[in-house]
This record gives sequence, structure tokens and C-alpha cells, in this order.
Amino acid sequence: MFNKILGWLTFIITMTALYLVFMWVPNERIMGPVQKIFYFHVSSAWIGFFAFLVVFIAGLAYLFTRDNKWDTIGVSSAQIGVMFTTIVLITGPIWAKPSWNTWWTWDPRLTTTLVLWFLYLAYLMIRSSIHEEEKKARFSAIFGIIAFIDVPIVWFSIRWWRTIHPVVVDSSGFAMSPKMFTTLMVSLLAFTFLYFYLLTNTMKLEKMRAEVAGLKERLRNS
Amino acid sequence: MNYLNQIRTLVWKDLTSELRTKEMLSSMLIFAFLTTVVFSFAFDPDSETVKKVFPGIIWVAFIFAGILGLNRSFLSEKSNDCIMGLMLCTTDRGIIYLGKMISNLIFMYIMEAVTLPILFVLFDYRLKGSLLYLILIVALGTWGFIAIGTFLSALAVNTRNSEILLPIILFPLIVPLLIAAVQATGVILGGGVWADWSNWLRILTAFAVIFTVVPWLLFDYLLEV
Repeated sequence: MFNKILGWLTFIITMTALYLVFMWVPNERIMGPVQKIFYFHVSSAWIGFFAFLVVFIAGLAYLFTRDNKWDTIGVSSAQIGVMFTTIVLITGPIWAKPSWNTWWTWDPRLTTTLVLWFLYLAYLMIRSSIHEEEKKARFSAIFGIIAFIDVPIVWFSIRWWRTIHPVVVDSSGFAMSPKMFTTLMVSLLAFTFLYFYLLTNTMKLEKMRAEVAGLKERLRNS
Repeated sequence: MNYLNQIRTLVWKDLTSELRTKEMLSSMLIFAFLTTVVFSFAFDPDSETVKKVFPGIIWVAFIFAGILGLNRSFLSEKSNDCIMGLMLCTTDRGIIYLGKMISNLIFMYIMEAVTLPILFVLFDYRLKGSLLYLILIVALGTWGFIAIGTFLSALAVNTRNSEILLPIILFPLIVPLLIAAVQATGVILGGGVWADWSNWLRILTAFAVIFTVVPWLLFDYLLEV
């Protein structure tokens, strides 16, 4: 029931966001329609980072409680995180080519996202190379914590190294028109709902997978 | 036995067993030397551009050789279930981590002390800055690398494909360390002033301290049976 409501809410908000992005919000004066990718790009980036935070919290919670539920949340969130970070890494260059006249630069935001993507992959690699369920959960929880601590250090080191990414949000507020701001906020909300909808479903899938593994184990032993 | 004494015993054990086999140290040394030679074939050592990427060459050689050593560092403990014996000996498992880290650090320093002069000779590089600062940066960067590397090597050794897994999980984590170490080395080699590399020194110090303390705290969870 909860899942159904969440699904419908996600659908409605996503449709609203799509309408706002493609019909309502005006084109950016200099960049034109290509700027519209920004709403999906920023929202995906937000989910990418948020999913990583969830992996970190789930890792801590697992180590303290040893409840498998937390491990399921962690791995589901990591999978969704990989997907959204991939979207960020694809939409970024599409926008960057017409705007900066280059596909890729080694800017802090870009590079941190790339490192984040590699960290997620490492997390999933650890999981796929361990058989024992308990050990798998424990090791990936530990790696999730270590990796999350690393991200701010990555950020600072690259910021001192070089920067050209546009700073949309700074101390003086948002450098956007009110309409663009509304659209961005609705897009962020839509992606957040989408994240939670995907999370509950991926968790269900993970649980089923564990059940199947348990059944197989029982068959082998009988 | 107090804490420090226990660590010293563990380090001594690693050093003695390494001294008898010389397995890890010799392979690390040969590999670092070989990497250097490969680099001088890949990039013409006479050209000016190579002088610019020289700091990068130093660190890539160190880190590749270091990975080789790290891959082996817990392998010896796994055979005959030595790690179980170690866990029964100590009350605090963080000691096993610190002991292993220090012995790995010693092997790395020995390897670097041999490789660094070879690099300077092969690339005909003249140091413009202070040698003391260069040693400081190399020591600090290696500490950070070994601190996180030792921890992840203990994690990777318990998996099916440990030798492939370790670099995959270690490289993304040491990105900030690599940037800071290469930049700082570059500034010092070129005779830059303190203000130019103090930021990098700060990152290296923060990295080394954070990734010594956090793994030390988490090692208990890693070594559960």
C-alpha cells in the first residue's frame, strides 16, 4: 500500500517537474535550451551524494546493530547511487560541450563525482567478491564508512588544484531567476521521491534475492 | 605488556620474518626499479616535459611498488591461520593494525630510500629545493598511503580475488593523497617557497592522521570471526 502511494506520488511530481522544465520555465538567455539539462543534472547529483550518505549511515547502523535490514538499505542505496552518478557523468559533458567547449575538465565537482563513482563501484566490487552473507555485509559497511570520510578530502584537494565549474549557489544566494529556482526545486523533489521509490523496490528485490539464496542452500543440504 | 611493547613485538616479528625470506622487500625493490626503467623508455628522459612530470613518476613508482607489498602483507598471516593466533594474543585488535602498518611503512621507506636516488640518476634531475623538505613530503605521503592501504589489504585478503580487488578499492581513496603528494613534490623539486606547498602539507597530514585513526577504530569489526 505504502509503496503504491509512493509510486503514484513520484509519478505525479515527476510529471509536474517535466512540465515545468519543458513548458513553463524560460530558456536561459545565453545558453538556450541546452541549459534545461541542468535541472536533471543537479537533481541526479543531489541523489548521488544523498545515496552515499545513506550508505554511510546504513554502514554505521549495521556495525552497531548487526541488523540485516541496514545492510539491505546500504546495498540498495549504493546501486541507486551508481545509477544516478552515471547520469550525472553523462549529462555533465552533454552540457559542457556547448557551454565550455570541452567534454571534460578536471574541476573539483566533476572530479569528485568521478571519484565518487569509482568508490561506489569499489563498494559493489567488494560485495561481489565475498560469498558469506555476514562478512559481505560487514566489509561493505566498513568500506562505506571509509569512503564517505574520504569524499570531503577529495573535494578540498581538487579545489586547491583547479576550478572552473559554475558556482550556482554561493553565499549571496541563488544566481537564478525565480522561475528557474522553482523548477529546480520541483525537480529536486521529484528525484528525491524517485530515490525513495527505487530504494523500497530495490530493497524488496534484495530481500527476495537473499530468500532465493537461502532456499538454494536448503536444497543443496537436503 | 603495555600497548607500545605489544606493537613493538609485532613489528619485530614482521621484520624478522621478512629478513629471513626477503620476499616482499626484494619484489618491491625490483618492481620499483623496473617501473622507473619503463618510464624512462616511455618518456624520453632528456626532454623538458619529463622534468615537469617527474614528481608524478616518483609517486606512481612508489604506489605501484607499494600495492605489490600491501598485497602480500596479510597473505603470510592467512596461511596456517596465523591471524587467529595474533587475535588470541592481543586484547585490542587495533594493535595488530598498528603493528602491521608500521612494519609496512618500514619496508616502504627502505624501498623509497633506494629508488629515489635511482630516479634522480636515471632522469638526470637536479634538485633545486631542500632535500629535507622532500624527505618530509615523501615520508608523510607514504604514511597516509600505507595507513589506508594496510587496512584495505586486511579487508581484501579475506575475499576471493584479493589481488585484483585491492588496487580497485584503494586507488579511488588515495586520489587526494596522490594529488597533494605530487603537487608538493613538484613545488619542492622546483625550489618553491613554503607558502606554495603548506596547503598540500596540510592535506597530507590530515589524510595520514584520519586514515590512521579511523582504520584503527574499525579494525575490531574487520577482524571478527
